Amino acid sequence: MAEHTSHLLSKPSFQQLIDVLRSSGYRVVGPIVRDGAVVWDTVQQTGDLPIGWRDIQEPGRYRLEQTGDDRIFGVVHGPQSLKPFSFAPRESLLTIERTQNGFATTPTIPQSEKVAVLGARPCDVAGLAIQDRVFLRDAYADPYYQARREGLFLVTVHCTRALSTCFCASMGTGPRATSGFDLALTELPEGFVVEAGSSAGEDILAKLERRPATKEAINAANSRIASCAKSQMRALDTSHLPQALYDAHEHQRWDDVAARCLACGNCTMVCPTCFCHAVEETPDLDRQRSEHTRLWDSCFTQEHGYIHGKNVRPTIKDRYRMWLSHKLASWIDQFGSSGCVGCGRCITWCPVGIDLTEELPALLKPDARNTNRQT
Amino acid sequence: MSNKNRVCPIVTPVRPTLAVYKFASCDGCQLSILNLEDDLLALGETLDIAYFPEASSEMRDGPYDIVLVEGSITTPDDAHRILAVRQQAKTLITIGACATAGGIQALRNWSDVETFKQVVYPSPQYIHSLSTSTPISDHVRVDFELWGCPIDKGQLLRVLTDLLAGVQPRLPADSVCLECKRRGHVCVVVAKSLPCLGPVTRTGCGAICPGMGRDCYGCFGPTEGGHEGPGVPPNTGSLARQFNEELNLIPVEVVRRFRGINGSVGSFERESDVWDKKT
Repeated sequence: MAEHTSHLLSKPSFQQLIDVLRSSGYRVVGPIVRDGAVVWDTVQQTGDLPIGWRDIQEPGRYRLEQTGDDRIFGVVHGPQSLKPFSFAPRESLLTIERTQNGFATTPTIPQSEKVAVLGARPCDVAGLAIQDRVFLRDAYADPYYQARREGLFLVTVHCTRALSTCFCASMGTGPRATSGFDLALTELPEGFVVEAGSSAGEDILAKLERRPATKEAINAANSRIASCAKSQMRALDTSHLPQALYDAHEHQRWDDVAARCLACGNCTMVCPTCFCHAVEETPDLDRQRSEHTRLWDSCFTQEHGYIHGKNVRPTIKDRYRMWLSHKLASWIDQFGSSGCVGCGRCITWCPVGIDLTEELPALLKPDARNTNRQT
Repeated sequence: MSNKNRVCPIVTPVRPTLAVYKFASCDGCQLSILNLEDDLLALGETLDIAYFPEASSEMRDGPYDIVLVEGSITTPDDAHRILAVRQQAKTLITIGACATAGGIQALRNWSDVETFKQVVYPSPQYIHSLSTSTPISDHVRVDFELWGCPIDKGQLLRVLTDLLAGVQPRLPADSVCLECKRRGHVCVVVAKSLPCLGPVTRTGCGAICPGMGRDCYGCFGPTEGGHEGPGVPPNTGSLARQFNEELNLIPVEVVRRFRGINGSVGSFERESDVWDKKT
C-alpha cells in the first residue's frame, strides 16, 4: 500500500513485538489452540500461538490440523471475532440500591484496559468498524463499549490463505485490511511485511528491530494476498440489495430454510457485527439492591420478538427472515453499509451448516409460487 | 451478610411460609436448595421454612404460601397425595425435570412396568406402581415450572425473589448455544461432531456440559413450547437429521438422545418416536 511504509520483521523478531507491546502496557492477546479450535487468550510468547496449525472450515464443521510448517498465523480464525473485546458478552451496567428517599443508581462503566490483539483478520477489523458505527454513533456513544474499545490495539494479519467458507473479497473487506488497524502484517516464509496504520502503531513499530521491506518482499506479500482473494470459493452478489431481498419477503425459500434452521442463534453469536442484547435485572433476595446487566441476545429467541402481549416473530421462518433481511438489506438503510463482512463464521458455526451464500441467491431467484413478483 | 442497612421493610407483612415436598425423584433438586449456601441463610430469614423434611425434622402443617414440589407421579398413592399438597399451596412450583416433565423414570412410559415388577421383585404383589411416570402438571394446576436435572439454584432464587416482590417470574427460553457463545466455549457439534442437544435445549444450566467438552443431553428440556409455555417447539427434526446424516448416529442412537431426562416432553417425545419407527 502506497500510503504505508513497509518494513520487514524477521520471524525470530516476532517475540520482540510481543515484548514491546507488553512493556508499553498492553495485555497481549492472540489465538491459542483450545478444545479443537482457536480462541483468544493472553499470550506471553510466540510459542503460545498456533504455530504450524491450520483450520479447515466447512458448513457446520471446524477442524484444526497440523501442517508441520512454521507459520505463526496459519489458522485463519476461530469462533470468536473481535466482538467480545469491545461488546462484552455479559456486563453489569448499573447497580441500584434503595435509599431513604427512593433509590440510587451507580453506573459500572469498566476501566479501560490496554489490550493488543495479535492476528485480527481483515474481516474482523471491518466488523469492528461496523460495531463502532452502531455503538459510538454521534452523541449516543455507549460508554461501556467505548471504554473497552479505546484500549484496543489491533495487529491485523492480512490473509494469504482462504477458507472454503470465506467470501470477504466479494464484500470488499479483505483479504487485505485497508484501515482500522494499528499494525498490519503479511506473513512470508522469511518474516513479516509490516505497515503501521495509526500513530500508536508507528510508535510500536519504531521500537522494533526491522529493516525496510525489499521490493521483492512487498511483491511477494501482494501476490499472496491477491491469490488468496482469487482462491475464495464463495461470494455474495450484493448488487441488487437491499431492494431485491425486500421483494423476496414472501419467497418460498424462507419455508425451506426454516425447515433446516434450529433458531439456536449461533450465527448471531459468532457474527462480528450482530449487536442485539438483552438487559436483565438481578435483585437480591431482600430486594434492597439490584444489578442491571446487559448480555448478548439474538433475534432468534422467542423473547426477542415479544412486544405488548404478542410475539411478532413467532416462527423460525420469521426469525431467519428477520436476521438475513436485516444483515444484508435493511442494515444498508440503517447504517449505510452491509451488516455482513464475509468472514463465513455463520456458515461454519451453524450446527446444521446453513450457508447464507446459498440462501441469498435462492431467495433472489424467481419464486414459482409468487406470480406477482417482477423479475 | 448484614441487613443493618435495610431501610425499607419487606413488602409482605409476615414471612411467607415455604414447604418442600418430594415425589418420585433422587432428591438432587432439594439438595440444590441446601447448596444455596450463603443465600440459604437469607432465604431462611426472608421465608419461614415450615416443611422441608430433607433439611429439618421440625415439620409444621399447612397451608403454605409457597410449595416447591420435587419428583414425578408414579404410584396411585402419589397421585392422591399431590391433590392434598395442591390444596395446601397458595403457589405451587415444580422443581426439576421429574416434577416438571416426568424425569428419566418416564422411560417406563415406553415399556411394560408389569414385566419389570416380575423380574426385579421377589414379591411383586406388594408393588403398587402406575404404568407411567407423569409430571405434576398432569395432575394439578402448577403455577411455575423450574426445569433442569438438577435445577439451577440461581434460577430458583430468582423465581422466589420475584414472587416475594410480587412480580411474575420469568426465565429465559433461549438455547444453551447462546450461553456457550457468551462464555467462549467452542461448539462441540461443529468442532468435535458430538450429538449435542444444546441447540434445542433451554438455557439455565450455564452451559456446563459443553464447557467441559461434552455434548448437552437436554436436562433443561426444549427451548420453547415445553408444556404450555410461549413460543414454538424447537426444530428437533433438523437436529436429528444432522445427527443421523452428518454425525453418523444410527436411528436408535437418535432415539436415545431425545428420550432421556426430558424424553416425555412434547417435541423431544415426538422426535424420539419418529426415529423409533426407523429402528
